[in-house]
Formats: sequence, C-alpha cells, structure tokens
Amino acid sequence: MIPLEDYVARIEETCGAEKDFIVIFKYDKKDDAIKKILQKAKKEKAISTIIFELTFQDVSFRLYGTGKAIFRNLKDKNGLQKVLSDLLL
Amino acid sequence: MFDPHKIREDFPILKRKINNYTLIYFDNAASSQKPRQVIEAIKDFYENHNSNVHRAVHTLSQEASELYERAHDEVADFIHADGMEEIIFVRGTTEAINLVAYSWGLRNLKKGDEVIVSLMEHHSNIVPWEILSKLNGFNIKYVGVSDDGTLNYEAYEELISEKTKIVCFSHVSNFSGVINDVKRIAKIAHDHGALILIDGAQSVPHLPTHVKDLDVDFLAFSGHKMLGPTGIGVLYGKCEILEKMEPFQGGGEMIREVLFDSITKRCTITWNDLPWKFEAGTPNICDGIGLMEAVRYLRRLGMENVQAHEYTLTEYAMKHMLECQKIEIYGPEDASAKCGIIPFNVEGFSSHDVALLLDNYGIMVRSGFHCTQPLHAIFKLKSSARASFYIYNTREEIDSFIEVLKEIE
Repeated sequence: MIPLEDYVARIEETCGAEKDFIVIFKYDKKDDAIKKILQKAKKEKAISTIIFELTFQDVSFRLYGTGKAIFRNLKDKNGLQKVLSDLLL
Repeated sequence: MFDPHKIREDFPILKRKINNYTLIYFDNAASSQKPRQVIEAIKDFYENHNSNVHRAVHTLSQEASELYERAHDEVADFIHADGMEEIIFVRGTTEAINLVAYSWGLRNLKKGDEVIVSLMEHHSNIVPWEILSKLNGFNIKYVGVSDDGTLNYEAYEELISEKTKIVCFSHVSNFSGVINDVKRIAKIAHDHGALILIDGAQSVPHLPTHVKDLDVDFLAFSGHKMLGPTGIGVLYGKCEILEKMEPFQGGGEMIREVLFDSITKRCTITWNDLPWKFEAGTPNICDGIGLMEAVRYLRRLGMENVQAHEYTLTEYAMKHMLECQKIEIYGPEDASAKCGIIPFNVEGFSSHDVALLLDNYGIMVRSGFHCTQPLHAIFKLKSSARASFYIYNTREEIDSFIEVLKEIE
C-alpha cells in the first residue's frame, strides 16, 4: 500500500467562513487518484469529465478533472486525511 | 498608444498554458505579473553590479549604491514626493504600516488617545493598531461602510475629536475596488490635528498618485502589485514627520555614529540621514532596483492610461457579469467609482468552487476573505470570489471569463 503523500501534493484550508479543504493531487498521480475516488465515492452529479459532485462517508466534495478537490464541512485535517486514506489507499 | 496586446508581449508568463488553456490572470489585486524589463534588471544587477551599498569605496559598491539611491529617487518622482528622503524601502505595505505603528505610534499614542480605522481595511491596516493599542492603551474607533461598499464619510465627522491622533484607511479597497476620497478625509483629520496614513497597495499601481496634492502624511504600498518584485515596498512619509520619528529597527546602515563613552560605559548613537535612518541592515538592494524598473515601465505607459484601461475593462466585465442571473457583484455598480476589482459570488457555489472551476479553464481569480473579514461580515458573506485586472488584461480575456461563468450558472 502506498502512502497518502504519494497522491497528495498539498492540502489547503480555504480562507473564508466555510472552512473547507482544497486537496491538490500530485500531477503524475492525479489520474490514478481520480480513478480510485470515482470507484469508491457515490456520484451525485457530473459535468462531462470536468467536475464530479460526490459523497463518501457522509462527506460531500467536488472533484475536478485537473486533479483538485474541495471537501466540505469536515471538522479538521485529521478527518480529511481519514477520508482521503479510505478513498485512495 | 496604450495597447494591452502589445504590452502582453513584455510578460513571458502570459504565454503559459494552464490545463491546456492560455493563462488568464485576474488575480492582480493579490500580485501582478512581471515584465521582461523588470526580470532583466534583476538579472543584470546580479550579473554585473552585485555588491553591498554605501560605505565601501570599490567600484561595484559605488554602482550598487547609485542604482539603489536612484531607485528611491524615481519612486519619489512617481508619487510626486519631494525627494528620496521621503521614500523608505521596506518589505511591503504591511511592513510600512507596522513601521508607522511602532516608530511613530509607540511614542505618540497613549491612554486617552484615539486612532480611527475603517472597517474596509485589509487586516494589515487593522492588526498593527490593535496590537499597539494593547501595549499603549489608546482606543480605536472604527468607521463603517455603506451598502454600496463606500466609506461612511459622515462617520469621520462624528468620530473625530482632539483625542484623534491618526486616521488610517485605504485609498482603494482590496475587496470592492472602491476609490475613497482621500482629500476629504485628510481635511477632516488635519483640521483636528490628526495625521493620516493611507494604505496605497491597491491605488499606487493603478491610479496617478500625487502625495502632495492628496496631502497624505504616510502612504504605504507594495512593489509586487505594481510589476515589481516581491519583498520590496515603500513607506512615503512627509519629511518633517519622518525627521521627528525614532527608528523602527536598529542596526547597520541606519546609524551615523556609535560612540562608546568610557565614563558612562554606554554607547551614544546618532541616526543616519533620511531615508536610511529607517532602513536598518543590508537592504533589499536588487528588488529595489527591480521596483525602479517597474516604475519606469508604468511611467512610460502613463498612469492616466492605466486607470482608463482598467476602467474600460471593469465596466465591460461588470456589464456582462450582471447579465448572468446567478451572479451577485458587491460594491458600487458604477465602474468609475472603482479601480479594476470585482468581488462576486455565484448562487449555489462557494467562492472556492468558482475559483476552482475557473482554474479548470486557466483563469486565475482569488477566493476567500481577501484579508477583509470584517468587511465580509458587514456584507454577510462567507467568502467571495474576486476578479482583478491590470495593464495586460484584455476584453477577449473577459469574454472567456464570462463564458465560463455562464457555464457555471
């Protein structure tokens, strides 16, 4: 099993009252990451292959074809890392 | 003739592709791109003139000193200051404001005194005063904003008194782009014996700036928002005020003499002349020279032309954005009251979603609070997206931006 760091380049907590997290996947792993996430998460909506509105373990998030994702309403970074681990590993 | 298409040729980064789209850079309020001339000036300094400034007799140091001093001179000319004595190079707007807070404020503000700050401010013009008020015990009074995002000018008349020592506000809001009436507030402040400090981070890069005409006591701005490098900024101060101020930091360069008295066993220090009194340690020489080149570039274009171009873009963008059903724009609807900045949200999307969606198409905009959390609270916003324009942006880029916004809708 490869570690989460192999997929994730950066995690940014958004500026604003929403307190969402932006996850930026590593360029060379983004296609693999997107594929794995789409296999495990429930697809609510999709616009072509550009944006996917998804839910996983009661967490809603948007995944972008450019290899970025925005996770909403997570309590903290630990919670995000757990979700990402479950999605990717 | 002002031709943004021609100007674009000077900016190598604008040829970049992002996600297979040609880069559209609409995050200029955060930081501008750099023309080849500035990049070359930095390269030339390190390749041909690099040395420390002042007090060395060798050729390289003479050259570096002359360039660094000329940079101060040209910045002084750019904002119509009296001379380089009034131009202190700092890291950026934030450091410039902190310099005033700690050099002037620490010694001149005491319990019972008042500072007036607007709620429109970037955090960098709020936080230093709040920190200092905890140390010195003075009071801060905040001026609110109207529904259209303009300053509540009447509040200045109500809040100001003989207790007021300084009035701090931005010339242009980094959230809404609204242009504030500096002269009007300067008059109110000066009539009551108070100084004014202007955050010029969003005005100096975009508008003609005449510090004497505006009658400002302090003006802070950043190089990186006006085509220059990061890590260099300016504090303008009226000479007679700077002369009376004590230095912010101590070290080399800012002193004339450090004499050890064998009787008192202490050192007696004499400060250097202005502006060096406030530039302790080896300064950011190269980026100062980069800023000079940026100023030369803007002067060649003419700041009136820069302002006119941004007005045209802002008016065009707002007109087409307002045609979208789900887009809300904040601040004045009249583009002439603004300065190249459009804050907005798309119904049903967070600002970060909007920024990520635009990023998909190679369009860079900011999202979040833009360091103006109190102002977002006034507008009852969780965050906002912000498009901000500069000299190299075009109508065609705005068309692409609108096209994506319509797609998001």
